[in-house]
Amino acid sequence: MRNAALPRFAVFALIAAAGLLPVFADGGDILIKNATILTVTKGVIPKGDILVVDGIIKEIGGTIAAPPGVRVVDAAGRFVLPGIIDSHTHIALAGTNEGSEAITPEADVGTVVNADDTAILTALSGGVTMVHTMHGSANPIGGPNVVLKTKWGRPSEDLVVKEALPTLKFALGENVKQSGRTVQPGQTQRYPATRMGANAIIRREFAKARNYMAQWDRYDQAAKAKNPPRTLVPPRKDLRLEVLAEVLRGERVARVHSYQATETLEFMELAKEFGFKIQCFEHIWEGYKIADEMAAAGIGISVFADSWAYKMEAAEGIAGMAGYCHNRGVLVSINSDSGERIRRLFNDAAKTMKYGGLSEEEALKLVTINPAIQLGVDRIVGSLEAGKQGDIAIFSEHPMSAYTRCDMTIIEGDVYFDREALVKEREQAEAEAAKKAAAPRDKGGVS
Amino acid sequence: MTKKAFLAAVLIVLMAPFASAQASGGATDKTVAITNARIIPVVGAEIAKGTIVIRNGLIAAVGADVAVPAGAEVFDAAGLTAYPGMIDGYSSLGLVEISGVAATADGRETGRINPQVRSLEAIRYDSMHIPIARSNGITAAVVAPSGGVIAGVSCLLRLDGWTNREMAVKPAVAMHIELPGLRAGRGGFGGGRGAAPTRVEAPALLAELKQLFAAARAYEKRRDAAAKNKLLALPGFDETSEALLPLIKGEMPAMISVHSERDIRAAIQFVREEGLKAVFYGVEQGFKAADELAKAGIPVIFGSLYDSPPVWEDGYDALYRNPGILAKAGVKIAFSSSSASVAKDLPYHAAKAAAFGLDKAEALRAVTINTARILGVDKTMGSLEQGKAANIVLADGDILELRANIKKVYIDGRETDLSNRYTELLEKFDKR
Repeated sequence: MRNAALPRFAVFALIAAAGLLPVFADGGDILIKNATILTVTKGVIPKGDILVVDGIIKEIGGTIAAPPGVRVVDAAGRFVLPGIIDSHTHIALAGTNEGSEAITPEADVGTVVNADDTAILTALSGGVTMVHTMHGSANPIGGPNVVLKTKWGRPSEDLVVKEALPTLKFALGENVKQSGRTVQPGQTQRYPATRMGANAIIRREFAKARNYMAQWDRYDQAAKAKNPPRTLVPPRKDLRLEVLAEVLRGERVARVHSYQATETLEFMELAKEFGFKIQCFEHIWEGYKIADEMAAAGIGISVFADSWAYKMEAAEGIAGMAGYCHNRGVLVSINSDSGERIRRLFNDAAKTMKYGGLSEEEALKLVTINPAIQLGVDRIVGSLEAGKQGDIAIFSEHPMSAYTRCDMTIIEGDVYFDREALVKEREQAEAEAAKKAAAPRDKGGVS
Repeated sequence: MTKKAFLAAVLIVLMAPFASAQASGGATDKTVAITNARIIPVVGAEIAKGTIVIRNGLIAAVGADVAVPAGAEVFDAAGLTAYPGMIDGYSSLGLVEISGVAATADGRETGRINPQVRSLEAIRYDSMHIPIARSNGITAAVVAPSGGVIAGVSCLLRLDGWTNREMAVKPAVAMHIELPGLRAGRGGFGGGRGAAPTRVEAPALLAELKQLFAAARAYEKRRDAAAKNKLLALPGFDETSEALLPLIKGEMPAMISVHSERDIRAAIQFVREEGLKAVFYGVEQGFKAADELAKAGIPVIFGSLYDSPPVWEDGYDALYRNPGILAKAGVKIAFSSSSASVAKDLPYHAAKAAAFGLDKAEALRAVTINTARILGVDKTMGSLEQGKAANIVLADGDILELRANIKKVYIDGRETDLSNRYTELLEKFDKR
């Protein structure tokens, strides 16, 4: 964290003083009027209203009368879109990588959610309302990830989206083989140090998990028998293998950090061999080389728009990738992987128009409904439809324009980011400071 | 055809697309007329529909009523808008290929005081990043060394040519001085591999620079005296002083990376006391010293706007609104990509600032004519005016827009190849 030198409460106090705390006194009701509404799944309403009641979108359409007591936001000339969803980031966590061992599926980032990470505010300032915040990529098998709403100011348990699909982080390539790391004298190189090893260690762990499940099956069967053997003892509980067993039973899906075509195809072979589900490949810069395989397997991708050439395996990461894969039938989302880039995901999505030939409507999907599908929450968020949760962003211009700006971010009908209010407070503070500076010094006399 | 000749021919045909993708430099004496274009000359009023004539690499004429010369090759640009090529105020194009692979990174010398290093001498002219930037309408870029306190000398490249020297518009643009960043662990103090992690504050660094400059002046005096008087001992060759002399004499500007409000004020004073020509780079807290900057007449090149505000209390939008505030105060501003791999994003930094208060026309100037003026090359580039180099971009919309597509790019009158690493790889795998 940037403010590591300051105790956390001090950061919080500073932010409170700066007037950045959210206004969540609306009780989940809000009416936005006169906006261009980009519903994402139901077309564009050139000028219309949208009403949220008790956190749920109640009505979208022409002119909606304000129910008594409901806050009304006039968005004339502005654009309303579903809250942006980041399918891959690491914000709001007190720890990211349990990198001391190669296999750590028990290390669940959901247990270290940090609701006062200021990156949540940064995300809100870019219209982001939901994030899939993940274990890092230091290990072939990392840990479970967690889906959060960016409800700044609320306790961490309120942020967790329980409806989301449980996921487990895997990683391949340069990070897990630690090719960027210098082994210090006295240290040994961690296994795996090659892509062969990375694949082998994952296979080994799944084989162990399968065997572990068989041990329990056998025990359960025996225990159920009429006369169970007196020597019957249950297998030893293994928290690592329990998580992998969830993956093998289809209760948890794989999210796999990968870059190169070969390692990705080989991971798909592993999934076939063991019968588990890959939900998404992450970054997957060589995805355009194997788009057909991914499309056929129904595997999505969560990628950068154009951040590339930072390491060898990203040297063929072309900006046309996301659009190309989208056109080949792969479910694509644009992710941030960053507490900064998260506030300009809409800019990144727009790049797929230039480099992938996508339309404005298609490009917007890559940061709204597509990540919602990937996270298994498209029934509740990702588009503006009656019955879905009222997660909404208001932009000054079309979100795919380079000149646009997020003006307001709303989660379940509550306003969490309001640029106009922030600017007003800043101007007041500046005016007060100027007045103070101009005032004659108090010399201790009678005033 | 002999077997050998046949193989050679095949090889030439196979290599051709790669070669042309890298550069298409070479003289052309063709006269070209771009007709029916909407023309944004940047200097002067917009021309709703007009013609640009290119001859000998220069803009021979531009205007609504310009006649197409006899024998000219005509390109009908109906539906397209002509802009001057954009200039990146600070990049690592040609110095850094894959940032995480040390073997391909030449931007940062070890040690702290390196006025003797020149970026031009390490430019990888066939960098894969150059055609990508060019195909997004960027036709020239400052390439800057970084790290340490004195990082070295930058150059200005035209983004087309077969060798580094051929690409040099200006072999030496500025001497780069780096003051500490606003965040711990960032900025120019003792950078490079194996550098000490201790933070040295700007005042101490500026005092050290003053000593270095004084030593260089004394060295020059002794050296020149010895040249005139054979009885005096010839001083030993002092590389650092020799390299600093053009800076001290005002023949070469200093580009000073400066970030905090306090350091900006200290740097203004330093520049005045030392009598330097200076450009400031970065200037994240410039909005707190806007009037001082304007008064000092020091232009500013911003770093990437794709960054978090370095000081949280400055507000989430500090980097975004900073350019608008400085421009309003009368500071000459320009944008930069501060990158190699995403140098193509230069226009979007300008657009981002425009979303937060910077006038749109000024945003465009800040990637074209302002940059040219700051770099002292506005006589030859930065706008579409008669007599200037024909660096012309034709787009199907506003070039600062993410939604616009660049259709043609001319550099010194030559139509450049818009294919690049992106398009080559996509074409290759699309054949699958």
